[in-house]
Amino acid sequence: MTALDLTPAPAAVPVPRMVAAQAGYELRTMLRNGEQLLLTLIIPVVLLVLFATTSLLDLGPGRRVDFLAPGILALAVLSTAFTGQAIGTGFERRYGVLKRLGATPLPRGGLIAAKTLAVLAVEAVQAAVICGVALALGWRPHGDPFSVLVLLLLGTAAFSGFGLLMAGTLRAEATLGAANLVYILLLAAGGVVFPLDDFPAPVRDALELLPISALAEGLRDVLRDGAALPGVPLLVLAVWAVVGLVLAARFFRWE
Amino acid sequence: MTSPAGGAVELDGLVKRYGTGGAERTAVDGLSFGAARGAVTALLGPNGAGKTTTIEICEGFRRADAGTVRVLGRDPVADARELKPRVGVMPQSGGVPGTARAGEFLRLVASFHATPLDTGALLERLGLTEHARTPFRRMSGGQQQRLSLAVAVVGRPELVFLDEPTTGLDPQARHATWELIEELRAAGVSVVLTTHHMEEAERLADHVVIVDHGRVVAQGAPGVLTGAERQLRFRARPGLGLEELLAALPAGSAAKESPAGHYLIEADVRPELLATVTAWCASHGVMTEDLRIERRTLEDVFLELTGRDLRA
Repeated sequence: MTALDLTPAPAAVPVPRMVAAQAGYELRTMLRNGEQLLLTLIIPVVLLVLFATTSLLDLGPGRRVDFLAPGILALAVLSTAFTGQAIGTGFERRYGVLKRLGATPLPRGGLIAAKTLAVLAVEAVQAAVICGVALALGWRPHGDPFSVLVLLLLGTAAFSGFGLLMAGTLRAEATLGAANLVYILLLAAGGVVFPLDDFPAPVRDALELLPISALAEGLRDVLRDGAALPGVPLLVLAVWAVVGLVLAARFFRWE
Repeated sequence: MTSPAGGAVELDGLVKRYGTGGAERTAVDGLSFGAARGAVTALLGPNGAGKTTTIEICEGFRRADAGTVRVLGRDPVADARELKPRVGVMPQSGGVPGTARAGEFLRLVASFHATPLDTGALLERLGLTEHARTPFRRMSGGQQQRLSLAVAVVGRPELVFLDEPTTGLDPQARHATWELIEELRAAGVSVVLTTHHMEEAERLADHVVIVDHGRVVAQGAPGVLTGAERQLRFRARPGLGLEELLAALPAGSAAKESPAGHYLIEADVRPELLATVTAWCASHGVMTEDLRIERRTLEDVFLELTGRDLRA
């Protein structure tokens, strides 16, 4: 048998190192999860290719892929920051993982930071794949990358806030169902692949206030129309981000 | 327990209630005890006695409604940041993501510590080497328990809380766990564990705290709790005239038949006493079976103090 030196020698490593280790672990877990991969990569890519190469949908004037690519990027953020994170964290809470990690030196804020880093890393992979496919389909993006980055980060903050709020307050099974339902509703009614112009005007005005519509329309303003820092979408996303994160910080229960 | 540095754990008048209004239930009801540093302290009691609640208050997961808690001289909630690296925790079940592989999760927790144990050696010690790549949800209950123990000790803590560390383990795994706990103690680690196996408390603990209905009913070293007294047990045909037998025994002896045909004699068991009992049986034509001399067990002490069976 191997000798183990069990003499006490307790000392934690600096918090950034713990966060990096946890983020790496979270990222591996997310990439290994088959159902999540379906949600984060396969569905967005299939929708992009299907509607860009066929005339199944009336996407309004202009090139089909120029309308679709920004919407699909918004959908990718929704799937990872909201749906995936809500389901994953909900089950971690249910199985006592959050509690268990709470007994280690990793601070709670560090755990949230690690989850955010892992979400951003998955989003980077999604963006690379989606942009690659879109470019192959003839996509010609315009606009400045900084505006795109700000929109994506604000969208991530808004969806993470509500994803964590759901995970930290509902039962895990309820979170699973509700997070998938919200994904489908926002996919259908958030200007991702179905243009909001197809809805009656009052409905359309209301739908434009959804975070997914703000993100999709904002990305379209920049990438298709060459706008810089589109004001209304940024404002809508900022409000959702603040409300979601404040509610999550207030109501999240760790067990 | 009153050394200058204070004990590993000091609880005084702990109270914890769950629920509100009519549904209120008192899980811990004025519980006080101390766990010395470098010793193994066992909280022994039946299910629902308040052991887990007590330990979770020590771990900082719950707040007491009344009373004081000191862990390594600190407050488990206010000083959590300082205590986390120094205290290892093994919860009663779960706590590891179902998709996480055993070795992966152990390495993750190890990476939070500056000088952790070698995770490969720790897995080997607990017989988990071949399951290092097995997802947690596919491991057996016993394997999950052992991984959980490994996670609790990998950071080389000064104090570990083990909540029912051997429940559901097969005898081999139980012995591996006991050996590791004995080594922890030898290395100067303070151990506080809960159990409802008196055998485990008797073998491992320096100090046993018997808990029932959220209160301490007795505490002390196992040998002190059980006392030096011995007792004599045998089986024979039911309905022996015990009063007549007692008359032949030294004053202060006691004898009872429970259940029928099972006899227990509590007395100062010496060779002469044994001779008296067997001679009395012989003269009455009684054939004894399973005659044995034994010490009282913690089980007997518990039954005496609470009137209930530990395993009930």
